Order: sequence, then structure tokens, then C-alpha cells
Amino acid sequence: MVFLSFINNLINGVSLGSVYAIIALGYTMVYGIAKMLNFAHGDIIMVGAYVCFFMVSSFGLNPVFGILSAILVCTVLGILIEQLAYKPLRQANSLAVLITAIGVSYFLQNAAQLMWTSNPRIFPAIFGNGGLQLAGGQLMVPYKTLVTIGVCVIIMVGLILFTGKTRTGKAMRACSEDKEAAQLMGINVNRTISITFAIGSALAAVAGVLLCASYPKLIPTTGSMPGIKAFTAAVFGGIGSIPGAFLGGILLGVIEIFSSAYLSTELANAIVFLVLIVVLLVKPTGLLGKRTSEKV
Amino acid sequence: MKRLIMRGETRKNFITYGIVIIAYVLLLVLSSTGMMSSALQGLLVPTCTYIIAALSLNLTVGVLGELSLGHAGFMSVGAFSGVTVSMALADVVPAPWARMVLAIVVGAVLAAAAGFVVGIPVLRLRGDYLAIVTLAFGEIIKTVVTNLYVGKDSSGLRLGFLDPNIGLGQGGMMIVNGPNGISGIKKLSTFTAGFLVIMLCLIIIFNMVNSRSGRAIMALRDNRIAAESVGINVTKYKLMAFVVSAAMAGAAGALYGLSQNTVTANKFDFNTSILILVFVVLGGLGNMRGSIIAATVLYILPETWLRQFSDYRMLLYAVVLIVTMLVTNTNKVRSVIDRLLPHKIKAREEEKEHV
Amino acid sequence: MSEFHFEKGKMVPVPSHSIIPERDLGKPPVLECNHLGIDFGGLRAVDDFNFTIGKTEIAGLIGPNGAGKTTVFNLLTKVYAPTRGTILLNGMDTSGKTTAQINKMGIARTFQNIRLFSNLSVEDNVKIGLHNAYKYSALEGVLRLPSYWKKEKAAHERAIELLSIFKMEYMADWQAGNLPYGAQRRLEIVRALATNPCLLLLDEPAAGMNPAETAELMENIVKIRDMFQIAVLLIEHDMKLVMGICEGICVLNFGQVIAKGTAEDIRQNPTVIEAYLGKRGADPC
Repeated sequence: MVFLSFINNLINGVSLGSVYAIIALGYTMVYGIAKMLNFAHGDIIMVGAYVCFFMVSSFGLNPVFGILSAILVCTVLGILIEQLAYKPLRQANSLAVLITAIGVSYFLQNAAQLMWTSNPRIFPAIFGNGGLQLAGGQLMVPYKTLVTIGVCVIIMVGLILFTGKTRTGKAMRACSEDKEAAQLMGINVNRTISITFAIGSALAAVAGVLLCASYPKLIPTTGSMPGIKAFTAAVFGGIGSIPGAFLGGILLGVIEIFSSAYLSTELANAIVFLVLIVVLLVKPTGLLGKRTSEKV
Repeated sequence: MKRLIMRGETRKNFITYGIVIIAYVLLLVLSSTGMMSSALQGLLVPTCTYIIAALSLNLTVGVLGELSLGHAGFMSVGAFSGVTVSMALADVVPAPWARMVLAIVVGAVLAAAAGFVVGIPVLRLRGDYLAIVTLAFGEIIKTVVTNLYVGKDSSGLRLGFLDPNIGLGQGGMMIVNGPNGISGIKKLSTFTAGFLVIMLCLIIIFNMVNSRSGRAIMALRDNRIAAESVGINVTKYKLMAFVVSAAMAGAAGALYGLSQNTVTANKFDFNTSILILVFVVLGGLGNMRGSIIAATVLYILPETWLRQFSDYRMLLYAVVLIVTMLVTNTNKVRSVIDRLLPHKIKAREEEKEHV
Repeated sequence: MSEFHFEKGKMVPVPSHSIIPERDLGKPPVLECNHLGIDFGGLRAVDDFNFTIGKTEIAGLIGPNGAGKTTVFNLLTKVYAPTRGTILLNGMDTSGKTTAQINKMGIARTFQNIRLFSNLSVEDNVKIGLHNAYKYSALEGVLRLPSYWKKEKAAHERAIELLSIFKMEYMADWQAGNLPYGAQRRLEIVRALATNPCLLLLDEPAAGMNPAETAELMENIVKIRDMFQIAVLLIEHDMKLVMGICEGICVLNFGQVIAKGTAEDIRQNPTVIEAYLGKRGADPC
């Protein structure tokens, strides 16, 4: 059935896209506030996945504890990276910050390789192997897919409420507009940036677990490609915009699955990057992004 | 007038030429008298190629001030086109050195063309976006080369994409074999060739930097808006730096390809781009001599004496990258460096006297 | 301000209600703005800006903070594309031109927040200003052909000559970013002059200067006008400077022109006084 396989691809695309969206939300928040491309974001995903893997597979803990410990470790790691590597460079030019972020990304990958070797680990099926039977059993939607999509929607709605309604959220928005003015209004900018990194890293941990639930092969570079693609998604949707990151992530996931299903598996990545380039050239601010111009 | 002929900058450049020439002569003597291990001799040409790659990336990052994360892509274009040409013309051009020169020229020209095609859209972007798009282009180039099939038979070159069946005739020879790349390469590149290309790149970069075009490029780096306000064509000069840089990377790629038995597209991935970036950052942005020294030391050390620590090599590079950035970009450290560099203090004192 | 003895000429109103010196009559004006305007979103940052500057006039653009003065400069140099209106430079329409092309047509500017090429030497900063005056191709530069040496020598001599206007020749080899503040401002003016403009835009040239430095700057602006026979348009908050050397003055408030005229006209204009000091009666003093 052509139609059923189309629906199946669509569901897979939305599922992969949800993972990209969660990663992209982290990217977009950090970029919006710290104005830096946190290249290491993708590798925090990998760390989160490894932590959950060891908790569940090696220590035989309940997956819930696995996920919680992954979130905890990644949050601490995110704050640590921010304090040690990025904070001293607040006043430096963006080239220096970007190179540092690449350095951090490389550090995490290679440290993981030394600690956990590059042998692939098979991530446990923490959401079971069952699924929802649809269309008289012709179409099965795995529970992991449903969980992924559900978690993504919850996170996005939660973030919109958080940045819109809470004090800390409002402080974040203020910092992303103008750090100096925010400081003058009594907002602790450094603390706000740290909180942003913490939230972004916690999201990365969730994304890592969800990613590996669907694609169980876990190696030290597991996070780098999804990280880069999620940045693409964030740019696609409009960097700094939370609904934009969500939309961009879903669209990118669908584009990737469709191009590997209908065009060529080998070229899927290239097509995703081509989309990024076209988007940046046609609409550099992304689908839902705001226009900003340099003050002269 | 004396100042114009031999300014401090010019003197520094000549010292760099001198260091390269002396190092070349020294290494040539060592290897011809048999005082150098064959393992080290095998590293000479690859080291040269990494030096060239670092010099060319330094033109983009240090002089133009734009971060490119897809530099290995241009090396890839140079390597595959150069090696293909040298293999395809094996019967027509018998002299090995001539085939090598041809390979380097073709590699440089095709990489420059790729740089032009990539540069036109990419250079409209700025900062982080530009970096991520160059990364994307690097990945696209890798994907394209991985799925490329080139063969030669009596009717000439045959090309195929995604499909290995390119319809080679009787006695046909597969040159580029998709994911397996090119194998059975004749090692045509020599240390002397590597040295000459390094010298050529240095001359081009130094002469360019100390001319009207180089100043325009550096003006864009320091302040794009001010550069535009004094009538500098942004696109033209960005593209010029980018294309020249890509051409040099292509030459490096061709030279590298001809020093190996096999080349595959995976050799020129994101990791290679980062490796070159590490050389550039550690050597100092815009500092060509630094790039040469950093590329040599960081390439040779892990391959020879530090072999047992090779697992830690990339980790070490990562730490080096972070620490270099922290040290050179933090105000506290900067003020210490300022105090250590006497000419800046002298400038300030002179100013005080005149006021 | 008797020490600044430039011939004032009789001021003559031109069709746009601007005032230009009589000596510039009969010569086409260097700049003519007609109904110039730009919107940022819903905000009319500049609206219906009409202004004429004579060939060798020193004109002033003043107004409270946020009045849109720098925006006018950005419109003139095409950093922003105008939403409405036309700009004529020596009678030629500038619409559709880029910032770089505008400079080649004859407008050079300085910036409120200094924008030097701070990693380069003072001389190189000026030489970059001479980019379009001493041309040779990149290939000639790389191959060091005779044309390279000839043009470089000429550019060097010209750069030193221009630096000598502000007695800065001895600084030629210094790094621009390490110059003291005042010297950085002067270097920006020299760099702008190097592009051989017919209209020089100065954005708050006296900002951060002490009275002695400001007085010297005033002399120098007049000197530059006389030497190069060019027009100068300056944004400045220092009223002593504006009233001292500007012939025609234009006052902006909330993006609108509220007054035009000579220094004397502006000083006595009730609308201007209100814009700067607030309404009489609302003033608690």
C-alpha cells in the first residue's frame, strides 16, 4: 500500500523531527540569550544517552531513574561548561566563542571515547517494543514514537508558558533583548544565562534518551550529526523562537525521512543540508524569526 | 622611503621564508644521508600538505575573519580531481613530475571553482551562520564524492553518480570507486614539490596581504560597515579571499592524494577540517609562521614520538583549542600580554610626549 | 567665535527652505534630499526630510537624542534603504546604489561609535580609504609588478600628506586600535577624506573632547573645507561648535524637521527652544 507507507514515513518523520525539535529548543534558547552557537549541545545529548544506558543496562535500574539521572548529569555538565569555558568569553568576539564551543564539543566526544570506547552500545528498548495497531493491523505506531512526539509537544508548551509567565522566563526574554538594560533592571544576567544552559542541557538529555530509543546504536559521536541538524532546524524555524524551533525540527525530520525513503538514503543528509543553505539564503531569519539589524 | 622598502612586516615575512627554506634544506640533507627514519620520511609530504591547508585556512579565518568549517571539502575536491587526472593521463604524459604538476594545478583550479560556487551564496551570510553553512557544504561535498564513480576506457572518461555501473568498455579502468575512493595510486608527490607549493602559497599570501586587495580584505574583517563606507566592494574581496584559500586547499589535497596508496572521501571529513582549524588557532589567527610551526609540530608529534598517546591526541587538541581561546581572549590575560610586548608601551609613551 | 574667520557670505533660502551661503549660489548644490523618509516597523524614524547643502557649505544637523540624526546619515550612505523620497548627489539620483557605490559617488562619513580598522596601522587605515584612488589589480599586487610599486609609493605619500592635516604623520606605523580617543576620531576623518569626497558627513566629531580639543577641531573642519573645497554635514550636540562654524542648520525632532536656518535663526526659534528645553510653564525652574 503506497498510502500506508506514506503515512508510516510521515509518522517516522514527525517522530525524528520531534527529537530534532527538542534539541533545537535547547539550541534556540541558548542562542537567543547567550548569542552563541553552542556547538557542544549535540555532545551533551550523547552524554545523556550514555548515562541512561549505564543506569538501565549496567545497573538494571528502572528507565525512569535512568532518564532522571541523565537529566541531572547533563544539567550539571551544561552549567559546568558554561562557567568554565563560555563565561570568561562573554566580551570576546563571536569567532573566539565559536572556536571554544567546537573545542568543548571535541573534548566531550574524545573524553567519551576514552571512557566508554568507540564500540557501539545497543540502547535498551525502554519504551517496550509494542505499538498501537491502526488500520486493521496494517499500520503499527510504536509506543516509543508516541512518547517522543508527546514529550516534544509537552516540552514546547511548557517552555512557552515558562518564558511567558514566570519571573525567570521573563528575565530570560529581557536578557535576550538587551543584557545591559536587563542588568540595570536588577536581573542577574549571569544567573539567567546559567539557568538557560541548565534547561537547554536537561532538554538535551531528554532528546538523547528519545533519540536512542528510536535509533539504538550508541557511539561517542552519536550526538554530533543530530546536533548539527537540530541547529539547522533552529535556523530553519527562526533562531531564538520557541515555536520556530518546534516547527523547524518537525519539518526537517519529515524532509529527512522522506528524502531517504523516496530519493536516496545516501543523499538524505546532503538534502537536509541543502535545505539549510536554501533557507538561509532565501529567508535568513527563518520561518518564524525576527529581523534584527546591526546598529550603526 | 627606507621604511616603505623594508617595514617591520616585510622583515617578518622574509624571516618566515628563511625558516621554511632552512628547514627544507636541513630535512633534505637528513633524508638523503639516511639519518632520517623511513617512517619520518613518509611523513614529510603529508606534513607539507597540512601546512598548506593550514596556511590557506588562515587566509579565510585569520585574514578575512570568517570561520570556515568545511575546509577539508576543498582538499577533497583537489585530491580526487588531481589524482584522477594523474591516473587518466598516465599514458599521455609519461613524466611523473609533469603529471604531479598537472594534478596540483587541476586540483587547485577545481577547488577554486568549488570555492566560487560555495562562496557566492555563503559569503552573504555572517558569523555563526556562515560557519554552519560551510560545515554543511563540507558534508555535501563528502556525500557527493562518496557516491561518485569515475572510470576510463578507450572512449575516454566515464562518470556515474550513485550507480557503480558506468558502462566501462573492454579494458576499462575504474578510477574513483564510490565509497572505496581511489586505490592503487602511484605516489608521485615529492618533498621538494611540497616545499615549493608552501613557498608559493606564502608568497601569494604575504604579497596579497601587503597590497591593496589584502588591505581591503582585512578592512572587512576589522569593520565591515566602515569598509563599505570607504568604497570597498564586500562581495568581491570576500570571494577573492575565499577562492584563493580554496585553491590552495585544493593544491594541498592533490599533493596529499598523490602521497597515499588510497584516498577515500571519509578522509576529508569534519574532523579533518577541525584538525586544520586547530593548527590555525594554535599558530595564531593571521600568523602564517605560527600556522606552519603548529601544523608541523601537531602533525609530526602524534605520528612519531607520541604514538603511544594517540588515543589522547584529539582530547589534547580539544583542550589546546579551549585554553588558547580562553588565554588570548580574556581581558586579564590580555593586559598581561600587553605589558610583555614592549612596542605597545612605547607607542603609548610616544603619544604622551607629543600631547 | 571671531577666531574662526571664514567668510560667511549672505545666507540665501533655496526651494527646500534650507539656507545656503551666497558664494555657493550659481553652483549646483552638492546634496538635495526630497521628502526623504524611512519607517522601522510602524515607527516613522525619519519623515519628509527636505534639505539642500551648498557646494562648500558647512551644515549642521542637530536635535535631541533619538531624533533620527544618525538615521539620516545612514539613509544618505545607504546603510538603510529609504522607504520614501529621493537623494540627489550633485544632481544624480542615488536610489538603488550600495554603500560602497555611494562612497565612490562622493559621500564619505565618520561614525558616532568609532569604527576604525583597529588591528591595522594608522597608515593602512588611510590607505584603505585610498582604495579607489590608487587602483591596481590583485594579480599586479601578488606578482609585484612595477605598477604595484608605483601606486603603493604614491598611496604612501598621499596617506602621509593627509595625516599631516592633523599632524599625525608620526603615528603612521602605530596600530589604530591603540590610539588615544581623540586621535581615533581624527583618523576616522582622515580616512574619510582619503576617499576624495565632495560631501563629508561627521557624526558627533567632538563627542568626548574637552573644550580645547573641540576648538582645535572647529578650526580643522573649516580648514578641511577650505583646503578640499568640499561640503561638510555634521551631527553635533556641542552647540558652541554648531553655532560657531555651521552656516545652514537643520533641527530634527521625532524624525521631523522642526526648523532650518542660520545659527541666529535657530537660536531664536521658539519651536527649537521648546524641543530642547520643554514647554514654558512645564519647566519647574
